[in-house]
Amino acid sequence: MNFFENFGRYCLLVFRTFKQPGRNKFFREQFFKELEALGLGSIGIIAIISLFMGAVIAIQMAANIDNPLIPRETIGYATRESVFLEFSSTVVALILAGKVGSSIASEIGTMRVTEQIDALEIMGVNSAGYLILPKITASLVINPILTLMSMFLGVFGGYLACMLTGMLDTSSYLTGLLFDFRPFNVVYSIIKSIVFAFIITSISAYRGYYVEGGSREVGENSTKAVVNASIAILFWNLILTRILLL
Amino acid sequence: MIEIKGLYKTFGSKEILNDINLTFEGGKTNLIIGQSGSGKTVLMKCAVGLENPSKGEILYSGRPFTHASLEEKMSIRKEIGMVFQGGALFDSMTVEENVAFPLRMFTKMPKSELEDRVNFCLNRVNLPQAHAKFPAEISGGMKKRVAIARAIALNPKYLFFDEPNSGLDPKTSLVIDALIQEITEEYNTVTVVNTHDMNSVLEIGDHIAFIYQGKLIWTGDSKSIVDAQIPEVRDFVFASPLMKKIFKSG
Repeated sequence: MNFFENFGRYCLLVFRTFKQPGRNKFFREQFFKELEALGLGSIGIIAIISLFMGAVIAIQMAANIDNPLIPRETIGYATRESVFLEFSSTVVALILAGKVGSSIASEIGTMRVTEQIDALEIMGVNSAGYLILPKITASLVINPILTLMSMFLGVFGGYLACMLTGMLDTSSYLTGLLFDFRPFNVVYSIIKSIVFAFIITSISAYRGYYVEGGSREVGENSTKAVVNASIAILFWNLILTRILLL
Repeated sequence: MIEIKGLYKTFGSKEILNDINLTFEGGKTNLIIGQSGSGKTVLMKCAVGLENPSKGEILYSGRPFTHASLEEKMSIRKEIGMVFQGGALFDSMTVEENVAFPLRMFTKMPKSELEDRVNFCLNRVNLPQAHAKFPAEISGGMKKRVAIARAIALNPKYLFFDEPNSGLDPKTSLVIDALIQEITEEYNTVTVVNTHDMNSVLEIGDHIAFIYQGKLIWTGDSKSIVDAQIPEVRDFVFASPLMKKIFKSG
């Protein structure tokens, strides 16, 4: 199946997902389950990666800024900009594409090959609305929160690196951190995280929903989900950066 | 009543079903039989709308189904119960939640009434003790029975069974067959069973349709099938030496 056929089928599935959402009671139940699975389940990995990445960015800045004409506070400033503009939205989205994306694709794919989706359809349930919509909405809600958490932990990681290595005194780091702060950068990152959340969940759900075969095909489609979602994230990162920052 | 009129199905250039004309009546167990790959599963999938026929029409009590809008199809599907080959139970839900699912989705029953209905359905399939178990914790036969309980929860008019005895031991198969027949007679459902199990054919076959290479080549009942003169049907019925021996000895 070529790109255009896949894209057409993806659009139809997304349309069907939003067309008949199903009963509110079920949606609420599924929504909170997904919040827990997609959100709470990702907090640990996001926290660890953000802390370490923030620390590494700060150390790399310190190692590369050795010109006496450049103030040392630049380390805090550059760490914040890197974390806020790119790391907390894009890199975290790529990590989530791997973790959440493969989980969604394999869950829905397994339901497809074990005829659970057929069973929903036979009952007269819009399986796309029932299975995919709560995942998308939960992800749209939780991803910006994870991004904000990642921002905080990223710059905190830089702070810890300064404190533990002594490469920069923490007050200089904090001065740099607060220098020329633009709130729009946070908004920009949040907008990206919302778009990426939609990309990750919808593409992964699409890959799982149309699995044909058995467990091998479920695995293959989980991999495809991660690859497709990652490429789409990088593409939309470029588009959104061009639209929002230039 | 379900009527299938001039049904064709092709996948690419391969013809799977060729001019199938059938009527399934209420209160009877209607069997679709045939060898593996004969097209009976595709026929059942077309009948319930999981596959779109290439040509032809399916009518549910006179209501067109094949070319109906999605909303009309959804409305007819609420009258359909189906038991899949592997049970197709929702593995994230307990047995009780599986049976309650269609009731919660399509009715506004109070909790106590819903619990009563779930208990009734599980008792009906002789599974009064499995409420809190997950599908992964129960046997294949129990899964089938839970799937039947879920299928009858909304008092469906039409019941479909896809290979209900596959993977089951002969004793459990008999229990499932008996259950299918009892439910059909009790609720006067139009029951369609897709099988290649000769025990089922002889036990519960009120009306049998034999599919061979995508064509309907014989219809009859469990009594007349052993006397059928069509070679393909005889090959199927007397495929096992045991059947040959039994019918030779009279």
